Amino acid sequence: MQFSEDWLRTFVNPNLSSEELSHALTMAGLEVEEMTPVAKPFTKVVIGEIIEAAKHPDADRLQVCKVNVGKETLQIVCGASNARVGLKAPCALVEAELPGFAIKEAKVRGVESFGMMCSAKELGLAGEASGLLELPADATVGQDIREYLSLNDNLFTLKLTPNRADCLSILGIARDVVAITGAPLTLPKITPAKIESQRTQAVLVNAPQACPAYYGRVIEGVNAQAQTPDWMVRNLERSGVRSISAIVDITNYVLLELGQPMHAFDLARLGDYIEVRFAKAGETLKLLNDTEVKLANDDLVIADNSGAIALAGIMGGEPTSVTETTSAIFLESAFFTPDIMAGKARRLGLSTDSSYRFERGVDFGNTLNAMERATALILEICGGKAGAIAQAITELPARNTVSLRYARLCSVLGMQIPQATVTKLLTQLGFANSEHAGVYTVQAPSYRFDIAREEDLIEEIARLYGYDHLTAIVPHAELRMLDTPEALLNKAWVADVLQAQGYQEVVTYSFVDEHWERELMGNANPIKLKNPIASNLSVMRSGLWGGLLDALTYNLNRKQERAMLFEIGASYFADKQSYGEQTQVSGLAYGEFQPEQWGDKARDVDFFDVKAIVDSLTHNQAEYRAEVHPALHPGQSAQVYLHGKPIGWLGKLHPKWQQHYSLPKNTVLFELAVAPLMQTKVAQYQEVSKFLPVRRDIAVVVDADLPVQAIVNAVHEAKIPLLHQIQLFDVYQGKGIAENKKSLAFLVLMQDTHKTLLDTEAEVAMTELLKLLEKQFGASLRN
Amino acid sequence: MANLDHLIAASQADFSACEDMPALENAKAKYLGKTGLLTEALKGLGKLSAEERPAAGAAINVVKQAIEAALNARREAILNAVQAKQLAQESIDVTLPARAQSQGGLHPVTLTLQRIETLFHSIGFEVATGPEIETDFYNFTALNIPENHPARAMHDTFYVDDANVLRTHTSPVQIHYMENKEPPLKIIAPGRVYRVDSDATHSPMFHQVEGLWVDENVSFANLKGVVQDFLQKFFERDDLTVRFRPSFFPFTEPSAEMDMSWNGGWLEIGGCGMVHPEVFKHVNIDSEKYRGFAFGLGVERLAMLRYGVNDLRHFFNNDLRFLQQFNK
Repeated sequence: MQFSEDWLRTFVNPNLSSEELSHALTMAGLEVEEMTPVAKPFTKVVIGEIIEAAKHPDADRLQVCKVNVGKETLQIVCGASNARVGLKAPCALVEAELPGFAIKEAKVRGVESFGMMCSAKELGLAGEASGLLELPADATVGQDIREYLSLNDNLFTLKLTPNRADCLSILGIARDVVAITGAPLTLPKITPAKIESQRTQAVLVNAPQACPAYYGRVIEGVNAQAQTPDWMVRNLERSGVRSISAIVDITNYVLLELGQPMHAFDLARLGDYIEVRFAKAGETLKLLNDTEVKLANDDLVIADNSGAIALAGIMGGEPTSVTETTSAIFLESAFFTPDIMAGKARRLGLSTDSSYRFERGVDFGNTLNAMERATALILEICGGKAGAIAQAITELPARNTVSLRYARLCSVLGMQIPQATVTKLLTQLGFANSEHAGVYTVQAPSYRFDIAREEDLIEEIARLYGYDHLTAIVPHAELRMLDTPEALLNKAWVADVLQAQGYQEVVTYSFVDEHWERELMGNANPIKLKNPIASNLSVMRSGLWGGLLDALTYNLNRKQERAMLFEIGASYFADKQSYGEQTQVSGLAYGEFQPEQWGDKARDVDFFDVKAIVDSLTHNQAEYRAEVHPALHPGQSAQVYLHGKPIGWLGKLHPKWQQHYSLPKNTVLFELAVAPLMQTKVAQYQEVSKFLPVRRDIAVVVDADLPVQAIVNAVHEAKIPLLHQIQLFDVYQGKGIAENKKSLAFLVLMQDTHKTLLDTEAEVAMTELLKLLEKQFGASLRN
Repeated sequence: MANLDHLIAASQADFSACEDMPALENAKAKYLGKTGLLTEALKGLGKLSAEERPAAGAAINVVKQAIEAALNARREAILNAVQAKQLAQESIDVTLPARAQSQGGLHPVTLTLQRIETLFHSIGFEVATGPEIETDFYNFTALNIPENHPARAMHDTFYVDDANVLRTHTSPVQIHYMENKEPPLKIIAPGRVYRVDSDATHSPMFHQVEGLWVDENVSFANLKGVVQDFLQKFFERDDLTVRFRPSFFPFTEPSAEMDMSWNGGWLEIGGCGMVHPEVFKHVNIDSEKYRGFAFGLGVERLAMLRYGVNDLRHFFNNDLRFLQQFNK
């Protein structure tokens, strides 16, 4: 809501500067988003009238003018093409300070000049101007131009919250200023028009719940081409409304002044009666903005015999609109209920000043008053004779009484407000109230749609008393420690593991390219957004790799040579009727294993480097099974299992994707569900053996495609007595080993907790181990 | 018996001439070996009479001890020299860079969230979470924003379908939590939120932290107290103050915008208010017995102020040159 400060001050004029008023509004909940002066500062510019104009003796384009500025007549050299005898225009006197320059006595091509006739541009009122700013003939010579054009005014722009529809008018804002300051309210004098026309228009309301009050009146003999007065044009323009024609301007003016949307129909184009009804499904209507809308049966319309002629409370129709030739109008002032209006304009892709107000609530106590106000302005400006008002009134919304407990007020706010202040503020708000035993009974006026319960009143008192007076009090509470399960890790642990290993955390969008989802993640049915911000951010991710690859590409394009990235965030999946999501941790390693350095031979990062990370995150409990994923190299990918359940993937990026992303070096990826990683055990002490373990090494030859994990699992399952640990330390293929075979070397630790192990006992265990390997895997001892 | 004292000086001279251990061992043999000069002298004791023998023996022993002392001194000197040489050979350029993995680090949004969580944890707030694809009911209706309410237009919502949205705020977590727990409740709910808005100062995805405290005597002044305490501790500045400005959120009343004093002006840092009775009604909490306050903070905003970041877009570009600035 934008408006002129001067206009507001005609309603209420508190003893506050513009800045103080602005601050007071903001601190009462009517946030002043912007306050800008109407004109830049300038001085000593008055209305001048050119009384003589003669050609400059030495310059074709200049005139030497005699200008009457009231107290005196000045000689001024002027170059504007519209300078002529009889013209009234702003005249800057000697010593005037204009935006950017000052006026001095001067000689222009040898002729003395004592001032300057001004264009709108020179006064900073417009960006461009083609000549002097022409003023009306009745302007008072000698009057300060700032005063004449009300240039000492400010434009206020309010950012109103949806609950304060009552402030969508000058009257409404003025009422709140009264509530804040206690200054008196001056209302425009509104008296019912004299009925001079016999013409009436029948009004029928067939949707009383949607339209509990409808007033209409004929005004005939109007001059639709009348000039809108300057003061009205100015107030409209300073509210951002362009002047169109007198009748339209007047309805807009009343909307801004009183908050009541009005509409004027051309009477000549109306049928016999006016009806308020719901549209018939499929009914069409050509609107004032030249669009044709197709209506649904819950759209409220104004109709006549021919069908819908206006979208009630939203916009009028083109065929019945007021034109230059209109001589009689039917003027409408109605109350349409917010419940019915809500969402309708938006559904049709429209938002008008009118619909905006009706959706939020228009003062149903002021409908008739606005009708009389608009009538009076039309009669004054356009002439004509007013007919009697036709009305259809049913049940208006009730304003129930609301109780406010004084004690509760103070306790919710945590501050003491004197009870007398509460009474005073309620009264300043215009709320009917009485108090008994600390309980106020309050009834809100018709313009307040947001006062229905005690909290609404508490908020009103608080905002007017001033949130500034609210002290910050740290709460006192029972001290009780929080549950802290030791076995349950948190996301921060995951992040710490990764950052300690050199990984840098990134945050990427949850919505991604549909192509990634389908191709990279193999997700045939991605969750689509109905209104994505961009076509490449149109579906919800089912995994995080797309974002990591994107971040990698971004950095490679900025000359990075390697990157180790991770992200912790949700992945999303559709689950029959609903949606699900789970937190994932995903990592990417690209390029050389170490930053370029002097000490080790350089090599690219590989599967096993990243496997170490996955092992850390899974507390060395993970099991890896060679399985394929569309994003990964089929021979270098594993699904990761924890306690028998799949929890994620690890692998090298598939060469086709490596090519797609133009990645010259290896990229290894992993992604794990976070929840299974969080569950650990609280450590339980076990006796540390006093006796030293015995180590034996064993090298066996097995089939080349036998997974090592199978051997390790089998050994663990076999629970060979005394065998404590088995660990691979070498893999060999080549000379001395058959082509389809490999040699695996394990170190085996054996331990007896009660005594020193005898060599013979160790031998027995090793023999048993070898037997197991021979039997289950066809292994043979390597010579 | 000949005087053997000259052997002491001779051995000292011999030992001093030795540069390494083998040479010293040879020199030692000359005096103390099986056929060494001193050994020979000892052998000669047998030829002496019983009366002469003790004195002669004692004299030889004195010489022997002197030679052994000279030997040990030289041995230690040689060993020291050898070790010194070896140490000198093994010296390295300690200014060469370490052989190490690159340093990792956390995203500034994570650092900020962790800091927020730590601070609120210190006064007993638990962390609660909720889904990001949220039903219309939790994102709006349960928060007292019915369908067609003008407040919905304030949200620029991403729709998944007619009944599901990407949550526009972390406030729905309040509802999930209160549905399952009895007061008193103290939670913060950090997480991603989404709005259809993208320009230099808006990201379609950003982070919020919702705070909620429900108890019997929680007041609006307490809300201000907690937020002010938080901001002072978060920014490590005792002079920060909080200003409340009246505002409107359907799920709180009274509602306020929170402004923080900053470099002589005020900066908006989030919204807050007392939990609206309609919200309590949705989760079956008696609003006569309990009251609550709730607040929502913009995490990127806090991170920008804390770390002096001047452009919101840095947080989502993931430029390593930006991210690495936050590594510890």
